[in-house]
Amino acid sequence: MFDIESLYQATGIQDAIRALQADERAMIISGGSDVLIQCREGRLAGCSLVSIHGIPELMGIEQAADGTVTIRAATSFSHIANHEIIRRTVPMLGDAVDQVGGPQIRNIGTIGGNVCNGVTSADSASSLWALNATLELHSASGVRQVPIRDFYTGAGKTVRRRDEVLVALHIQKKDYDGFGGCYLKYGKRNAMEIATLGCAAMVRLTEDRRHVADLRLAYGVAGPTPLRCVNTEDAARGMKTDEALLLHVAAGAVAEVNPRTSWRASKEFRLQLVSELAKRAVRQATLNAGGELDV
Amino acid sequence: MFKTLTMTVNGAEVSIPVDERESLVDTLRNRLGLTSVKKGCEVGECGACTVLVDGEAIDSCIYLSVWAEGRRILTVEGLKSPTGELDPIQQAFIDEAATQCGFCTPGIIMSAVEIVGTGKRYSREELRKLISGHLCRCTGYESILNAMERIVEETYKRVGK
Amino acid sequence: MGVRESIKRVDAYDKVTGAAKYTADLLPTGALVAKVVRSKIANGRVLRFDLDAAKAVKGVMAIFTCFDVPDIEFATAGHPYVLEKEKGDVYDRKLLNERVRVYGDDIAVVVAVDEVAAARAARLVKAEYEEYAPILSVADALLPDATPLHPSVRPTNLLTHSSYRVGQGTYEEAKTSEPDLVEFEAEYSTQAVQHCHLEPPQSYAYMEGDRITVVSSTQIPHIVRRVCGQALGLPWAKIRIIKPYIGGGFGNKQDVLYEPLNAFLTWKLGGKLVKLEITREETMACTRVRHAIHAKVKALARKDGTLIARKIEAYSDQGGYASHGHSICANTVTLFKQIYHDHLVTEGDGYTVYTNHATGGAMRGYGIPQADFFVESMLEDFARKLGVDPMAMRLANCLPVGYVDPGTGISAYSNGMRECVAKGRALFDWDEKRKRYENQTGDTRRGVGMALFNYKTGVYPISLETANCRMFMNEDGSVSLQMGATEIGQGADTVFTQMAAESVGVSEANVHIVSTQDTDVAPFDLGAYASRQTYVSGMAVKRAGELLRDKVLDFAAFRLKKPAAELDIRADHVVRKSNGNPYVSLADLAVDAQYNRERAERFFAEASIDCHENTISTGVTFAEVEVDIPLGKVTILNILNVHDSGVLINPKLAEGQVHGGMSMGIGYALFEELLYDEKGRPLNDNLLDYKLPTAMDQPDLHAAFVELEDPTGPYGNKALGEPPAISPAPAIRNAVLQATGVAVDSLPLSPQKLVEYFVKAGLIKEVAQHV
Repeated sequence: MFDIESLYQATGIQDAIRALQADERAMIISGGSDVLIQCREGRLAGCSLVSIHGIPELMGIEQAADGTVTIRAATSFSHIANHEIIRRTVPMLGDAVDQVGGPQIRNIGTIGGNVCNGVTSADSASSLWALNATLELHSASGVRQVPIRDFYTGAGKTVRRRDEVLVALHIQKKDYDGFGGCYLKYGKRNAMEIATLGCAAMVRLTEDRRHVADLRLAYGVAGPTPLRCVNTEDAARGMKTDEALLLHVAAGAVAEVNPRTSWRASKEFRLQLVSELAKRAVRQATLNAGGELDV
Repeated sequence: MFKTLTMTVNGAEVSIPVDERESLVDTLRNRLGLTSVKKGCEVGECGACTVLVDGEAIDSCIYLSVWAEGRRILTVEGLKSPTGELDPIQQAFIDEAATQCGFCTPGIIMSAVEIVGTGKRYSREELRKLISGHLCRCTGYESILNAMERIVEETYKRVGK
Repeated sequence: MGVRESIKRVDAYDKVTGAAKYTADLLPTGALVAKVVRSKIANGRVLRFDLDAAKAVKGVMAIFTCFDVPDIEFATAGHPYVLEKEKGDVYDRKLLNERVRVYGDDIAVVVAVDEVAAARAARLVKAEYEEYAPILSVADALLPDATPLHPSVRPTNLLTHSSYRVGQGTYEEAKTSEPDLVEFEAEYSTQAVQHCHLEPPQSYAYMEGDRITVVSSTQIPHIVRRVCGQALGLPWAKIRIIKPYIGGGFGNKQDVLYEPLNAFLTWKLGGKLVKLEITREETMACTRVRHAIHAKVKALARKDGTLIARKIEAYSDQGGYASHGHSICANTVTLFKQIYHDHLVTEGDGYTVYTNHATGGAMRGYGIPQADFFVESMLEDFARKLGVDPMAMRLANCLPVGYVDPGTGISAYSNGMRECVAKGRALFDWDEKRKRYENQTGDTRRGVGMALFNYKTGVYPISLETANCRMFMNEDGSVSLQMGATEIGQGADTVFTQMAAESVGVSEANVHIVSTQDTDVAPFDLGAYASRQTYVSGMAVKRAGELLRDKVLDFAAFRLKKPAAELDIRADHVVRKSNGNPYVSLADLAVDAQYNRERAERFFAEASIDCHENTISTGVTFAEVEVDIPLGKVTILNILNVHDSGVLINPKLAEGQVHGGMSMGIGYALFEELLYDEKGRPLNDNLLDYKLPTAMDQPDLHAAFVELEDPTGPYGNKALGEPPAISPAPAIRNAVLQATGVAVDSLPLSPQKLVEYFVKAGLIKEVAQHV
């Protein structure tokens, strides 16, 4: 039994917003795989919870006429991983969420929770950064769309206010169309793992398929929040897809990231991973974009 | 803090009072006597408490009972046929000696039910991933994979998708 | 029918249907819930408590602190009682401890109506401490000014030092015994790991009259009864222990963990039902661990690889309490002398030292996995230095046939070590692979490695070895079998059933084993440890079966009016011995005997074994790995264990034991490690941060056997339960060495450590650095 002071099961988005306003201590629980663990540990003992679990209007994946992909926030990882729209448009994201925890966790954990808990190790976060996802937040004062680059404010912190509900994530067509992507998760184990480092790379090629038209490189656990290596990305545009490109992204990424030493891994080790995964992810993304690599 | 919870458990509808702070594992064990659902870590890391909710395997230790309202729950106790015959998955686990201490067994069998229920054919490597949410310290997973490979193959031949 | 058959587990049906009941499944309703309050320091003393806030929590029934428990120190190791107290285990802890020696030490306990109230109150108990600097290494613990952790039992933190020298002269003298000897020196170390049995320790206790019953998940019910009696100052038979199915133990439950405290709580609360569940985090931080051991080794050899002399010094981190204490380190240094023979002399020194880490206890292999890592890393590294083939060097020096340990007299009555190597070498395609992986380049490289081991069977003559078995025949001709030996997942109930069937002459379907041990009912046995049960308890089954058979045949002779010597029991029938023709079924005979008005008899037999034997099991692991150098990742491509465990009672279950042990060995090699911060606080006391291998972290596990009949085993069998966990780690380490040329001197071979090694070795050239 969890040490919960009160639990309110919301019937819909508006009901959840009302309940969050009514109790100024209340916080949201969705899949529960983070919040309930913290209740048990005592960190959230005695908390008030508003549950958005199982609310139909928070679940599902669609694609709009303009190609925008919308993932509702309480959609579980397993439903995202194998969804036809995801496989067709942003398979990298599907691969990323297919590496969260294990199958049972993927059946319960939600992408909204993964983003809202604000942790740098969230498996979906680096891919969502690379994809320039927009987060749709609802509250009593209305709806706002927050680009993911503005969402994270620090370790475990985001701009989402306590009484705001993340309703959906949107990915525009220009952010996936023509790209090849690759997410590499590095953990000590191959399952049931929190990432030691996560690396998401996207590559769009020029018409000759030999040069980079656009490149995106995002990391988790390479700093207090997920991040993008924008300077490296800018400099990569126009480069030939060869060994030099891989060396460029590796060196560039190392210069732009900011990992720290913890008992889980040293800064030096994480930097080695940043460098090596950049090469491997960009190489695979290039191949996935239909390119070749002269190495 | 008590609520009446109505759900279908192992094919039968039950309506019971639950404390809204309860996890599903506690409700199943303490109120319904379904003690096959084991507690190994209470934080979703070991998989011993795995049950199916509407056909999907979840760790019942990090699932609030009130969320089960109106849903179908399946545990190992619900697998035998009405006349007491074992499910082929259970029989495969016996034949392949896929149980040792037995503590992880009911949970893994429930994941196996979900996996086998797809009717798809899986490679041994795919099966490894599909059971990677279960920790077993006795078998090294070897006999478990043998049992699963066998039953997946038999099912595929019967209903193949 | 009988032994050498892969019958299905007798408990399998109940385990796949959920019918098998474990401790928590049997808990009656209405239990009070106990929660241990744990110290927030690793080293110090509790000065006083402020319990006001905790007592104010609704639902709290009682709080007991370290100032409320009996002033009795007791020992917790699952060892047989020793009549001369000074020769036995170290009595160094109380039910709750004022003197704190481990972060998370048991300093108080809350009893409440439910777990939420108990947990809330436990968080609100305020303790004031006198704090000392945490002692987090053996070296620090041995410093002259180190605070002694147990001044009442030891003046310093050295718990025990033991040493041996076998052969001629000394190691130092051996250096000049002949010209051209090559010397090798190295240091190796192993980490603390945890058993991670899936079922955490659970118990509940209540009283009937003036007797206390504890239902508990333990490997050693009879020892738990004794220690509960000792800890509470009660006659031992005032305690009753009931052991249902348990969800694994691997040695952690070969220690008396929380049963005495649970017994104390019901005793102090008027016999009320109290449950005491230990969480996963508490299990990992506050029960027992495998000892971290550091070893310094030296060896002298001729240029051809003939070992002349060796020496080991091993330093074992005992943690806060003695538990199994020096028995483990003594085992470590013993393996060093057993597994290889030195032409002149072998010297060993073992030191077991108290620190403020989690307490070291028994864990599958009992000091031998550590020893095997030291000796098999040493052998490999020395062979490289000498330029000789490591396999050839092993075979030239390993455990001689007919080996007798000069210290203990433990003998290798059967010794299949060389047969295991030969079989594995062929199955594994060793020679071809070894050659193929020479001199590789590139970022991804492969290699193969091997490691031998040997392991004794049971604890004689170091400790007592005794076992009992009871059988009786029911009116339907079936046999009820009662053991004091415990099923802990390894399949004991199944192999005892097979042995009983073999010994009496009935089918397994007609043997009903009682899986639960209730110390009021079950015959005495020491429990599941030391790979002893099929050997020692198996002797009791065999003897009891023979006694029962004699009684049945005696009655049959009376009824059939034929000499008993002409009769036998086969396939549930009394038959004519000469040709097997059945005379009467046991079903007919047994009901006749039970209700015979002339001579009524319940066929009943009990055997008590006082075992004065031991024998040595051996085996080998072959491993093939692929190393991703830039990422420091080792993938095991192929792994094979070949075991010489004598006759296999149940080959399929034997294979299962090997698989599980190999998996544990793989975890030890690559993933598992308990970590602490500078205050001694555990960092990864959960199953997410502690990396138990999942199904995705290991390849298919291959097991093979050479079945030499051991003359001392009841059915030609010897140790099997623990051995599979011993040699995978050094074999994997040696495979990484072949692949990369890098000799790692500590476990685990974690990615960060490997990357550091690879950078140092120049395998990773462009080190990523911040500018």
